[in-house]
Amino acid sequence: MKTVSPFREVGPAAGRVTIVWQGEPLSIAAGNLAAGLLAAGVMPFRHTPVSGAPRGPFCMMGACFDCLVEIGGVTRQACMAEASEGLEVRMAREVRADADS
Amino acid sequence: MQTADLVIIGAGPAGMAAAATAAGCGLSVMVPDEQAAPGGQIYRDVERVAPLRGSILGQDYADGLALVQDLGEAGVTHLGGAVVWAIEDGGRVCYTRNGEAATIEARRILLATGALERPMPVPGWTLPGVMTAGAAQILMKQSGLVPANAVLAGSGPLLYLLAAQMVRAGTPPKALVETQSLKDMIAAMPHLAGALRGWRYLAKGLGLLGELRKAGVPRHTGASALAVDGETCATAIRFEAGGRQHRIDCETVLLHHGVVPNTQASRSIGAAHRWNGRQQCFEPVVDDWGRSSVDSVFVAGDGAGIGGANAAALAGRLAALAIACDLGKLTAPCRDAQSAPLRRALAAELAARPFINLAYPPYKPALLPEDSTIVCRCEEVTAGDVRNYARLGCIGPNQAKAFGRAGMGPCQGRYCGLTVTSILADANGATPDQTGYFRIRPPIKPVTLGELAAMKAAPRGDNRTESG
Repeated sequence: MKTVSPFREVGPAAGRVTIVWQGEPLSIAAGNLAAGLLAAGVMPFRHTPVSGAPRGPFCMMGACFDCLVEIGGVTRQACMAEASEGLEVRMAREVRADADS
Repeated sequence: MQTADLVIIGAGPAGMAAAATAAGCGLSVMVPDEQAAPGGQIYRDVERVAPLRGSILGQDYADGLALVQDLGEAGVTHLGGAVVWAIEDGGRVCYTRNGEAATIEARRILLATGALERPMPVPGWTLPGVMTAGAAQILMKQSGLVPANAVLAGSGPLLYLLAAQMVRAGTPPKALVETQSLKDMIAAMPHLAGALRGWRYLAKGLGLLGELRKAGVPRHTGASALAVDGETCATAIRFEAGGRQHRIDCETVLLHHGVVPNTQASRSIGAAHRWNGRQQCFEPVVDDWGRSSVDSVFVAGDGAGIGGANAAALAGRLAALAIACDLGKLTAPCRDAQSAPLRRALAAELAARPFINLAYPPYKPALLPEDSTIVCRCEEVTAGDVRNYARLGCIGPNQAKAFGRAGMGPCQGRYCGLTVTSILADANGATPDQTGYFRIRPPIKPVTLGELAAMKAAPRGDNRTESG
């Protein structure tokens, strides 16, 4: 789940924060949460509720909803969230609305 | 209850320019925007980033600073990090900011919600590691992240800009896989004379190509049969070019074949839209001030039709002048006098568009993908599924939802709507206009029950602004 990041940081290094990713502490760049997770080598961000296929950020601008994660128990777009110290983030656990019938 | 003469949704070039112009005319202006800092996607975070990475991103990006500074000095209420999720009759804009939902009563609304990447459904496009070219730009601008092992695929000048930025950052792409061909360039030639009026764009394009040549970035043009390989993430891109099969190992694939208007907000209020055949997308019907078919609502910038950042800023100013005139802050002769130079500049900005549209057309197999390709990313509906709905009598996208949930996932059709319309139109022998588009309903962005419940109850009906 966590590998070497396919991204390289250019320019001045951002500050770091330690979030809690899947229950484990993870040091990532402060700033945009999706970017911080990508730079830390986190992938995927979730599995689809339809087929369980892995997904990660696609549009980075709040339009595609492929970077959904669970932040403090609420499903949110990682690309629209800020990383902060102690933030609890998990892979989104989406359940289809028709799955519980 | 907050009130404003004008609420502008979106703080990209159109929104920022409109806000400064409207405030200059004496209007009270509020600008809710999803990003914390003004700039939109094209000038994302420019005030903070231009001094850090301006040399990589280039002058066109740094040019956004002027708009941000004008916005700051205009006495406008910029609501950073405000996600608009509903626009209601009578000019009520509902949004969430810092976990709290709120509303603004506006006398006029300007939608400046910009563009989305044109959906590019190719086999494997849902794999982690496949992103839009725009996403890579956002990562570079806002976070200083550059993909180390990437292939850029599709068509359009943005691919050259992104590739050149990556070269400057010391991390060139492994290759450009370009779907446009010499035939497209020949088809565009009759428009070259017009494009020469917009020669700056052509010169910039040639300059970027020069940078790529110098850096030795391989370019494959006339590419077809694009597909991304990978099990749990992208590992390679496959394509045909020059009569040969190619396969390039990579961890990141950046797709782009043009951008299209983001019409979620204009659709959600029931504004009339029509198909633009040259740009292969829907756009809201607006007059030459940006006035939509919905009373008191204007649309400006790429959200009204793709023209690029400079054209968007000019269109934003024109809409602001019309709104100021509507609200009695500017006489009609004054509005017309101030708009004349803007219209001349706009015509010059758009001069190169017909050439660019034809020289860099969308990748046709992604407009009508092969059966096995996923078109609706959220609900994992394939092109073949949609064709099957057509065989069963499905004539439009809203029926397609009932047949198989296409467009019903969290993205609300943003990345499948145009494809679903195109496939159904093609299968049924109908036009895109006859086929129509998803009905977009609020909330157009997520809002939690808690946020809704905590909203101060607004009295209904007694505080609507002039109904026109």
